[in-house]
Amino acid sequence: MTATASASLIAFGKRHRAALAIAVLLIFPWLMPYEALAVNILVLGLYAVGFNLLFGYTGLLSFGHAAFLGSGAYGCGIALVHFGVPWFGAILIGVLVSVFFAAIMGFLAIRTRGIYFAMVTLALSQCVYYLFYQAVSLTGGENGLRGINLSEIGILGFSVNFLNPTTKYYVILAFVAFALWLFSRLLASPFGAVLEAIRENESRARACGYDVARVKFIAFVISGAFCGLAGALKALHLSIVPIETLHYLTSGQVVMMALLGGMNTFFGPFVGAAAFLLLEDVLTTMTSHWQLVLGAVFVIFVLFFPKGIWGSVLAWVVRK
Amino acid sequence: MTNTRNSKRRSGMSRREILAAGAGGVALAGFTPSLFSIARAQAGTIKIGFPVPLTGPFGAEAQDQVRAAEIAIKEFNDAGGFQGRLAELLVRDDKLNPGEAATRTLELIEKDKVNYVVGSLSAAVQLSINNVTKERGVIFNSISQSDAINEVKDWSKFTFHEALNPHMTAGAVGRYAFSKFGKKVVYLTADYAYGHEMVRGFESAGKPLGVQTLADIRHPIGANDYSAFLPRIQSLRPDVLCICNFGRDQVNAVKQATEFGLKEKIKIVAPVLLYTARVAGGPEIFEGVVGGTSYYWRLEDTIPTAKAFNDKFRAANGGAVPSDYGALGYAGVRTVLTAAKAAGSTDTDKVVEAMRNLKYDFYKGPQYYRGCDHQSVQSVLVIESKSKDMKDKNDVFNIVGVETPDEKNLRSCADLGHKA
Amino acid sequence: MSGLTLDLLLLQIVTGVALGSVFVLLAIGLSLIFGMLTIVNFAHGAFYMVGAYMGVFLYGLTKNFWLCLVLVPLGVGSIGLVVERFLIRPLYGRNIDDPLLLTFGLGYVFIESIRILFGLNGIPFSTPAGLRGAVDIGIGHFPLYRLFLIGATGVLVLGLWLFIEKTKFGLIIRAGARDPEILKVLGIDVSKIWLLVFGIGTGIAGLSGILAAPLQAVTPEMGIPVLAEAFVVTVVGGMGSLIGAVTAGLMVGIVVAMTSLFMPEMAKVSIFLLMALVLLVRPQGLFGRAGLMG
Repeated sequence: MTATASASLIAFGKRHRAALAIAVLLIFPWLMPYEALAVNILVLGLYAVGFNLLFGYTGLLSFGHAAFLGSGAYGCGIALVHFGVPWFGAILIGVLVSVFFAAIMGFLAIRTRGIYFAMVTLALSQCVYYLFYQAVSLTGGENGLRGINLSEIGILGFSVNFLNPTTKYYVILAFVAFALWLFSRLLASPFGAVLEAIRENESRARACGYDVARVKFIAFVISGAFCGLAGALKALHLSIVPIETLHYLTSGQVVMMALLGGMNTFFGPFVGAAAFLLLEDVLTTMTSHWQLVLGAVFVIFVLFFPKGIWGSVLAWVVRK
Repeated sequence: MTNTRNSKRRSGMSRREILAAGAGGVALAGFTPSLFSIARAQAGTIKIGFPVPLTGPFGAEAQDQVRAAEIAIKEFNDAGGFQGRLAELLVRDDKLNPGEAATRTLELIEKDKVNYVVGSLSAAVQLSINNVTKERGVIFNSISQSDAINEVKDWSKFTFHEALNPHMTAGAVGRYAFSKFGKKVVYLTADYAYGHEMVRGFESAGKPLGVQTLADIRHPIGANDYSAFLPRIQSLRPDVLCICNFGRDQVNAVKQATEFGLKEKIKIVAPVLLYTARVAGGPEIFEGVVGGTSYYWRLEDTIPTAKAFNDKFRAANGGAVPSDYGALGYAGVRTVLTAAKAAGSTDTDKVVEAMRNLKYDFYKGPQYYRGCDHQSVQSVLVIESKSKDMKDKNDVFNIVGVETPDEKNLRSCADLGHKA
Repeated sequence: MSGLTLDLLLLQIVTGVALGSVFVLLAIGLSLIFGMLTIVNFAHGAFYMVGAYMGVFLYGLTKNFWLCLVLVPLGVGSIGLVVERFLIRPLYGRNIDDPLLLTFGLGYVFIESIRILFGLNGIPFSTPAGLRGAVDIGIGHFPLYRLFLIGATGVLVLGLWLFIEKTKFGLIIRAGARDPEILKVLGIDVSKIWLLVFGIGTGIAGLSGILAAPLQAVTPEMGIPVLAEAFVVTVVGGMGSLIGAVTAGLMVGIVVAMTSLFMPEMAKVSIFLLMALVLLVRPQGLFGRAGLMG
């Protein structure tokens, strides 16, 4: 391949990255061992992309994003189970609940930096965990929230069988696709440019007249909203919300997904989530010592593919 | 272990074919529900999905559950199966995570088209599996403890509960311990539904005996140090300390209570005393601790079916004895398969009916499922941990009491919200 | 609350100090490695767990707890040396997230290896003879082993402090923590220093593992919850500060003890509340230098 052809290919890919992603996701369930896993990848992929707005694009490492995945899931689930809100409205409520928590956590956390930012978000997310854990009458506590049972949903006047795995995949894909498109637009906007400016050099961004704290806060809340949407979709998918959704290990998992996939790319986190879940799924069926292999994969990737899976693929394409 | 699991795992890529059959109009997929409706296979093997926490702190129990379940499968197949159809166990690792369990249950139902689901080893996980199975009309026989699964809110006619529940277990232990060791009680309780359910079981057993609760101290679940709760317990001077938690939490709590010298004046009682926890904790730590269990292998001294089951288990596993939760894997699978045979069909509704009518003695004496909530009415053993007079390394408990099967020891159907 | 006496309150504080000792031990190792190498060691809990298992194993061979207290830190520290030399060293100069991901994966490898070697179920380890039982300390009975633990932690902290403040090697460590460039200018091989610091840090993690082994069940997963607690203590104290780790460890221990007494349900979340409060008032931790890590 000539250099210009390769360059134009990359340019094409960049311009239409959301469309390309959606095209891949349309045929995705046929590539996966089973649909429930494919839906998990969609949902956690969105979670990782949302997280990466803060991590990869703004340079803020949060260890508390489970709070947004979880509050989105609980918000949606509680609205459905306890208040009989229609499913579409419940998703919106889920997003709003996570925006609410993101606003509070963001307001408190953005004044700290580096590892301390990570720890403040961790601490605050543990408080959110505790809150939901103790509100047993609404959340089911440690037993988790059950009863998010949608066997049929109405879409544009049609009644759709939500128990059908393929149908469920495409309904959830519609939301994820919309979110990815929105995310892509956001990064292409002037706001996206400011985020990257802050990541590269905060003092210079400030000197250029940007209100850095405000931009960080807005990024935090938007990131929370994307993760909240992922949580709401997860609740609909699994028909339960486990308390583990809010656990700090769920926060840690998304960091690892983003790093594994490549945090400096648009698709990286999504690829990371897919690789992580797929690897885990395949390995557990092969050996009871799957964690040994998973751990070794992490170690090998850091040592030999520091740009992550997707980052390495892109670098390879560019070099060709 | 790994081998038995592997051999049962995904065979081929049949799912692609299934999907391809319905893949004609991807774009239309959402609007043609009948095309894809989930029909479980009527011919071929009888598949039993078996989600258990092979990864995580209860991995040892989960492996035992698989081993015991395989014995039930083998028995069934050796006897010729059902109308020539053999049974197959599809083991899945739920990683002790309700989300993973829900995903795996979806896989078992949607891709593997299992006939029935048996399994779980946690309250939250069984409720999550149950939520998925009941929505899709699949029988689920739970083999771990919970009170909530009997309640009308979670229960469905497809839900069966082969394990004991906290109310029965704590009740039996309470009736034994309060009359024997004293009426002033302190609870150290894991702060979650399962812990609270055990306290409720103790208190309802203690009420007619005039038992007095000095304090119910609720600790966060998964704590590794309980020392900070112990000075207060010591100063309250109870007769009995009920440690209402499970697994590792229990080992740590009992260990630290022993270390603080609590045992000198206080009797320690644990509603569910696990065989594996006792083995991990060691004899000195658990010396004299009284608790309840659904099964202990020494039952073979008095119950012939226990002897028969143990012998099969020993033969298949190099002389090892089955643990309490392990044995439940056997009972959980065997009941479903027996019911299918009795019903003369693998059809869900007929098997449900047959299970409701089942009177069985598979490994621990007579049992049956109560009509209103499908709770298995069965005996509860009260055991005491020992450090002396052990026959061999597996001989860790003495059976000090057996509460015979009786519906009056269960929460009433009305309490659970069922219409009588 | 009924039955609250001064003795109970004092006993609760002693309990908190004993709890805090384990926190201190864990945080020192974590803090040392971070302060010097700016590496967030996610495998720290796994090193701690390996220490406990190594202790149980060696105790079975030697039947001598005191010998194990020497052998285990050396053994775990040696594993640390190998890890630093072959896995961490290639990452210097790269992004701070890289060691984080690597040590996270390494933790998995350690845990699973222990499961393969010693089984899933955990193994018993009883308190060494001579340190068993509870003694009367004037305000009530308290386990002898926990008193020993407080003492052992004190000795270790003192030793480490002397080592860092009074020896030539400690001087180099302190200089290196402040500015690695200076060491290079002076012709000191920084990579050797880093190697040794990582070895010492992980060795202390191993030592805390064997010291904690008689307190709780020794299981492959025992390092997981501990890791989060160790991070909290390290951050509250200020990453890279020895005095910070000690102060915060004891503080967290006492906070846990007090919430266990008055609001037991909140015993776990209390340490996170404490961390949130401290960091919101003092974003670099109690004794941390501002500006560390971005």
